[in-house]
Amino acid sequence: MSDQPLLQARGVRKSFGKTEVLKGIDLEVRQGQVVSLIGASGSGKTTFLRCVNLLEEHDGGEILLDGDPVGYRMEGGRRRRLSEARVSAQRARIGMVFQQFNLFPHLTAEENVMLGLTKVLGKGRAEAREIASGWLARVGLAERRAHYPYQLSGGQQQRVAMARAVAMEPRLLLFDEVTSALDPELVAEVLGVMQDLAASGQTMLVVSHEMLFVREVSHHVVFMDQGRVAQEGTPAEVFENPASERLRSFLGRFHGLLGGRAE
Amino acid sequence: MFDTSMQPGTFLFEAWQARWSLMSGLGVTMSSSVLTIIIATIIGTIFGVALSYGWWWLRALIRLYVDLLRGIPVLVLILFTYYGLALFGINVPAFWAGVIALSAFATAHVAENLRGAVQSVPAGQMEAAKAIGLRFGQRLRYVIVPQAFRRMLPPWVNTGLEVVKGTTLLSVIGVVELLLSTQQVVARNYLIIDFYLLATVMYLVINLIIAQLGALLERRFSYLRY
Repeated sequence: MSDQPLLQARGVRKSFGKTEVLKGIDLEVRQGQVVSLIGASGSGKTTFLRCVNLLEEHDGGEILLDGDPVGYRMEGGRRRRLSEARVSAQRARIGMVFQQFNLFPHLTAEENVMLGLTKVLGKGRAEAREIASGWLARVGLAERRAHYPYQLSGGQQQRVAMARAVAMEPRLLLFDEVTSALDPELVAEVLGVMQDLAASGQTMLVVSHEMLFVREVSHHVVFMDQGRVAQEGTPAEVFENPASERLRSFLGRFHGLLGGRAE
Repeated sequence: MFDTSMQPGTFLFEAWQARWSLMSGLGVTMSSSVLTIIIATIIGTIFGVALSYGWWWLRALIRLYVDLLRGIPVLVLILFTYYGLALFGINVPAFWAGVIALSAFATAHVAENLRGAVQSVPAGQMEAAKAIGLRFGQRLRYVIVPQAFRRMLPPWVNTGLEVVKGTTLLSVIGVVELLLSTQQVVARNYLIIDFYLLATVMYLVINLIIAQLGALLERRFSYLRY
């Protein structure tokens, strides 16, 4: 691990109208780490994730990817917004998997994975096809290459979406509640792929309500509450020694699942 | 009426006599329709994209254009383009004045339809396209427009049908399209019902073909479901 974190957020602020959703977030993700964001709905987890990938623009603080600020550059002490092309280039280094899969419905599974490879990374179609089928096989969908999204189950769609994101070889992969829209029996297959990616050393920032998964797979867990980082640490620290009443009551909701320690 | 013997004054005889006039009228109707549809589709798509994603002043400008053009009768547009432009010293041949007026009208419809279609593509599609690093133009070209196109097909076919019917108005400024050529034939042989029926059937056939092409395209793109 190098000294410089892959992703470094300092005092990140974001408001929607008069509502301040992020009130100064400090967070680090190091190369190869899996960092999970947990917290109640509305605590700002998803908004933070979207700021990292420039789907939202943060209003204050800074987010550095490999030391470069995302979305702007400093010029004579002032922030200048990056051009469309530069923003897109930054996004290409960060992958994202969404709650609603967001596969392109007019493209087959394979074409979904190939689009970024050919149009963003400039690979030839043959090479892109090879990479795509490799990743689809890795997520267990080799047989579904030529299927359109509507012909796939939710779990399969989400696995294609993961193949699409990871095929771009992103420095950092963001997961935004990727199992929340799935039927319960389909959650395991998606978590399985995430576990596989984590084991392969992919750096990941994960927003999830799957507490077992968070506890098993994360290197670092961040509990967010009302737009702030309320507690962070290793899974053991966060799950075994919740410092605040709010974290205790949050974990209490997963009581049965986590084996009672969070009570 | 409907005497089938080949005598002067019978429908078949007169139709044979008038075949070249009618064919040329049909040709003018078809060429002005096709030209209009092509022009309106290209400009309307650009306008529709601008309506969805343009700077506020551009959106306002095109919004104004669309609302104006949809609110004016096509006949007024045609008369204005032909006679109005002449007042400013711009002399446009009647055929082209007609095509310009019809295109202006159809462009407004295509633009509005495309805007609606683009807006109906879920926001997640744009975000997913951003997330893999596609630039703005690429997001439109590879992700948004193909999906909007499918949603836009039915109203687009409607606009096409309106355009074909709208070409009859070009007869007012002396473009000898199918209706005016039919009128000219009727003026020679007085077989009013026969020849207007013939024209009716020809319009119907053209529009049925367009509707069938539209249905074919819709089937071709039927994989776009949610």
